[in-house]
Parts: sequence; C-alpha cells; structure tokens
Amino acid sequence: MTRDAALPIAVRQLTKSYGTVRVLDAVDLDVHRGEFLTLLGPSGSGKTTLLMMLAGFVRPDCGSITFGEREVIRLEPHKRDVGMVFQNYALFPHMDVAANIAFPLKLRGVDRVETAKRVEQALELVKLGGYGARRIDQLSGGQRQRIALARAIVFEPRILLMDEPLSALDKQLREHMQIELRQLHERLGMTTVYVTHDQREALTMSDRIAVIDQGSIRQIDTPKTIYERPNNRFVAEFIGESTFVKVDVTSSGCTFNGTPLSLAAQPPQTGPHYLMIRPERLAILQRDPADDVNVLPAIVTAAIYQGDSVLVHASLSDGTMVSVRASASSQAPLVGAHLNLGLNATDTYLLPPEEGVQ
Amino acid sequence: MSHVAGPNADNLRRDALIERLALFSLTGPALLLVATVMLVPVGWLFWLSFLNDAGGFSPEHYLRMLSQPSYERAFRATFEISFTTTAICILLGYPLAYVLSQLPRRAANICMIAVMLPFWTSLLVRTYAWLVLLQRQGIINTWGIKLGLWDAPLALVHNLNGTLIGMVHIMLPFLVLPVYASMRAIDADYLKAAANLGASPTRAFWLVFLPLSLPGLLAGALIVFILCLGFYVTPAVLGGGKITMVANRIATDIELFFNWGAASSLGVVLFILTVMILYVASRLVRLERLLGGGDA
Repeated sequence: MTRDAALPIAVRQLTKSYGTVRVLDAVDLDVHRGEFLTLLGPSGSGKTTLLMMLAGFVRPDCGSITFGEREVIRLEPHKRDVGMVFQNYALFPHMDVAANIAFPLKLRGVDRVETAKRVEQALELVKLGGYGARRIDQLSGGQRQRIALARAIVFEPRILLMDEPLSALDKQLREHMQIELRQLHERLGMTTVYVTHDQREALTMSDRIAVIDQGSIRQIDTPKTIYERPNNRFVAEFIGESTFVKVDVTSSGCTFNGTPLSLAAQPPQTGPHYLMIRPERLAILQRDPADDVNVLPAIVTAAIYQGDSVLVHASLSDGTMVSVRASASSQAPLVGAHLNLGLNATDTYLLPPEEGVQ
Repeated sequence: MSHVAGPNADNLRRDALIERLALFSLTGPALLLVATVMLVPVGWLFWLSFLNDAGGFSPEHYLRMLSQPSYERAFRATFEISFTTTAICILLGYPLAYVLSQLPRRAANICMIAVMLPFWTSLLVRTYAWLVLLQRQGIINTWGIKLGLWDAPLALVHNLNGTLIGMVHIMLPFLVLPVYASMRAIDADYLKAAANLGASPTRAFWLVFLPLSLPGLLAGALIVFILCLGFYVTPAVLGGGKITMVANRIATDIELFFNWGAASSLGVVLFILTVMILYVASRLVRLERLLGGGDA
C-alpha cells in the first residue's frame, strides 16, 4: 500500500449533544493524507465520540465528514471501509485467529486461496506468523492487540481508527507497541486517527496531536509545538508538568517580581502574562550563567532522594512552588538553602493573560 | 499436603480445617433434605419396580414395557410433544429475548416481569384458564366466529393443540431467561466490530450474534425439553384424555390398577432416558465451548 491510497479526512461543524450536555461543539478537523493524528484529551472530552462518528457508530446532530471527496456523514458503518482497533479489541471469541482476520475478507467475497495468503501476510506483519489456528482466549493481551490490528488492516482500508488500543497493556509492553505501531504506520501509510488520554503516548507516536477538551479542539499541532509552545493553559497543563508564574510585560521587556527576563519572543500584547515553567527545563546553577539564561532565585523547601535523581522543591521569590531535579551524585541541596535556578531564554515562554486567568 | 514444621504450624493447619468444615456444615440441612425426600423415595421406587405382584424379584414390569405397544406410544408421545414444545419455545422465545436484550435495562426489566408473570400463578389455574379460553364455546372460538375469521369452532383443546399451547405458555420463560442472559452478556463492541469490518446488520447477526448466543439457547432448550418430559397436569386437562405422556401413564397405573411396580418402572426408564439426554447435551455444549463458543 502506498501513501496515495490513503484518504484525507475533513470534519466540519461536527456537533453532538446528549440532552443539555454538548459532547462535541462544532468541531473542525483536517487529517492529512497518510498522517498519524492523535486525539488527546481527558475522559469525557469528546475524543472517543469523535472517533465513533468517523466510524459511523454515533450519529451527530449536524456537521460533515468527508473521506477524500466522499461525504460519509450518513453512510452506515459497514459501508465506510475504515479499519478500526477497539479498546477491548472485540475479537470474536467463537472464531480462531485466522477466522477473525479473514472475517472482513469473507464479507468482501475474497476467494479462499487469496484469503489464506492475506491472512498469513497480515499475521507476519504483526509478527505473529503461524498463530492462525490459535483460539482467542489462548492469546496474551499484547497478542490480542496485534491480532485486532491485523484484522483492521487486512482488507487494506485507506483510513485506520484506533480507540485507546494500548490502554489494557502493561507499561513496558505499551511502550514497545507504541514504537511498533508507529513503524507499521510508516510502512503502510494509511491515514490514522488515534485516540488516547496518555500524553506520552501521543507525543511518541503522532505526526500531529489534536488536544480536545469539553467538545472542542484546543490546539492541533506537532508534538514539539504542543509541548513547547502550547496555545493555552489547558494544553500546557494537560501535556507534561508545568508551573505558572505571574510576570509583567511592558514595551521594554518582561519582568518577574522585579527581575528582568529575556524571552524567546516578545508577546504581541503588554500587561500581565503567565510564564510557563517546565520543571525539566529548570537547572540548578552552580556558577554564573551564560547571557541567555534567566536566573530565578529560590529557597529549598524539600529535597527527596529518588534513586536516579533528587527531587528538589523550592519556593520562588514570589512564593510560587517549583520542582527541579538535581543529579543524585552531586551534593544534595539542604532545606532552607538559597539556590539560583536557570531557565534558558528559548524555554522562557509566556501565555497571554486571558487564557492564564482561571 | 506437605507438612511444614515451624512455629504454630499445627494450630494454623487445624484452623484451616475448622474453617473448611464450618463452611461445609452450611450445606448440611439441604443435604439431609435431599437425602430424605429424594434419594430414599427414588431408591424405594427403584426397588419396587423389580418386584412382581407376589412380591418376588422379577423384571416383568420392564418386559411388559417392551411387549405392550401402548407403553411405546406413551414414550413416543412424550418425546414428540417435548420436542415440539421446545421447538415452538425457541421460535417464540429467541426473538423475544433478542428484543428484550436490545432494550434499555429499565424497560427490559419491566418487560421481563411480564414474561415472568405466569410463574406467579398456579400451574393448575393457568391450565384451566386455557380450557376456558380454548374450548368450543370459549372466548377465542366465540370471537373468531363473531368476527368472521372462521365459521365452525376450531378444535383448540382436548387434543394435541391444546396440550402444546398450554405447555409452551408454561415453558416459555424457562427458555427466555437463559437466552436473554446470554444475549445481555454479548459485548456490543462485537457487533460494532462486525459492522466496521463490513458486515450488514443481518450478516452481523448470523455470523456473530447468533453463534455467541448459542450456549444460552442450548441451555434454555435443554431445560425446557427436560421439564416437558415430566409434564402431567397440562396434557391431562388440555389433552382431554387423548394425550398420554409417560407421567399420565404412571398416574393411570397407580390410580386405576394400583400397580406401584409398573408405575415405578416407567419412572425409572424415564429417569434413565433423561439422564442420557443430559449427558449427550452436556457433551454437545462442551463441544460448543471447544469451538470457542461465547463466554456467556
């Protein structure tokens, strides 16, 4: 399969309410041809509803969904020709592995010889060659996940949907499968929409991430942009850890509690802003910093040994608590000690006040 | 069990034993009841079936069953009626259970009460109620003729029709309950997956839903069939003396001929046939599971 065979998805004004609760609020979304797009959001954000609408299982109140040129909003699920991996895999327990994978081919009238060939190819693809005769209840969670994937791609759909497919696996296997799914996507190139609430998973796998909250897409961008340049406080807090510090922006620059800060980019507006501090971008300064590093004085309130590092809680000059990791091999900071925390100018990123105010 | 030596090992072992005995003793009263009211009378009947009129030991009751065609007819009627009743129950009950399983839980529970309602009335009352409804001058015939649906009264009762109507009515809940339970246990995602993979609703039903509900259907059909084998009141009342199932034959042997031995031998044969059916059916169900039948 080539990327040309993949279809772009365009969602327009997609809306759904259950009673007075608006699950999706006029959502617009474009998934490019062959792209791996992740819908990321907390539970109840509407991400699964959106996916179910793409598959045709939930009827929206209004809106439009097109696969390529074709409007599919009223098309029944069995005519949409999209592959889907369900959260609980939904492998048919009364069929063996081969029959499960052959199911979509059987429905499409593929002959016996061709079916057997394609089933085995699909099994090879998910690294479970020769598992055809196994019963579903003989498979481990990771194997079921792969079989569900094989079944979803064996009929070569041009769009693949995945609903938290890794959430039932343990951490190690999940991380392994993330890489594998990503590699498989590179090989097959089908347009993929992936739903998860796990931000690390989204960052690891996606070409782009759409962060959803309360039925609206709050930001859609590459993982790097989403993480380093979030549009708003929700995105900043949902992805990674962050602490917000009130700063003042004037036409001449930016100050934090009287201390001038150098910024990655001067914000368009003046007035109060919020500085987003990612704890891992903070460093405990041992000597005088370079010019493009902002210095934030702080007082240590706790130092917790955690094996690979020491977690230091410290209070900034305005009383905001931040945490920073120190190397476990160096001398652990003492409670009450004064520290200088360094933040690179490129990591000194401000959020506008209207989004920062809660 | 390996004997561990160490501090308190003996005491801990005794505690475990006492706990298990205490749990087992809870089944005591029920065991006693089953032993006295089930095993003793059944054993007694089994003993009686091998005694002739003079009180001597002989297999004459069993030999008579083979030589007299009326016995064979009773057994044949019993199995035919039980089979037909089961078949009708499946035809009526499976779609009913399907509709119930697709309803929201609250609505399904209310409908289920309606299905269960017959359970709360006495079997005898229900049987005589059918007599009132079905007889020549009964409600159904009167209205059918009045509305011009048919001209002469239909023979709805005092025959096989009446017996089947009555038995299906009584047996239907026994089929609906296990089928409904197995349908409820089918994850809706299976049907979604089937649709997603290209199955129309009809094909999804035949390829996924029906196979997954099969264990429940088999269980329900088996219960209905086995219970039907022992029916007495319904064929007696609604069959109008024309329907003789094994239970009716047993009653005749006792009431008319005071022949406890003959009656007992009938009971023993019916019992053995029932156990054999159960055994075969259990193998079938296990086969079903071997083929990966649903988790219901």
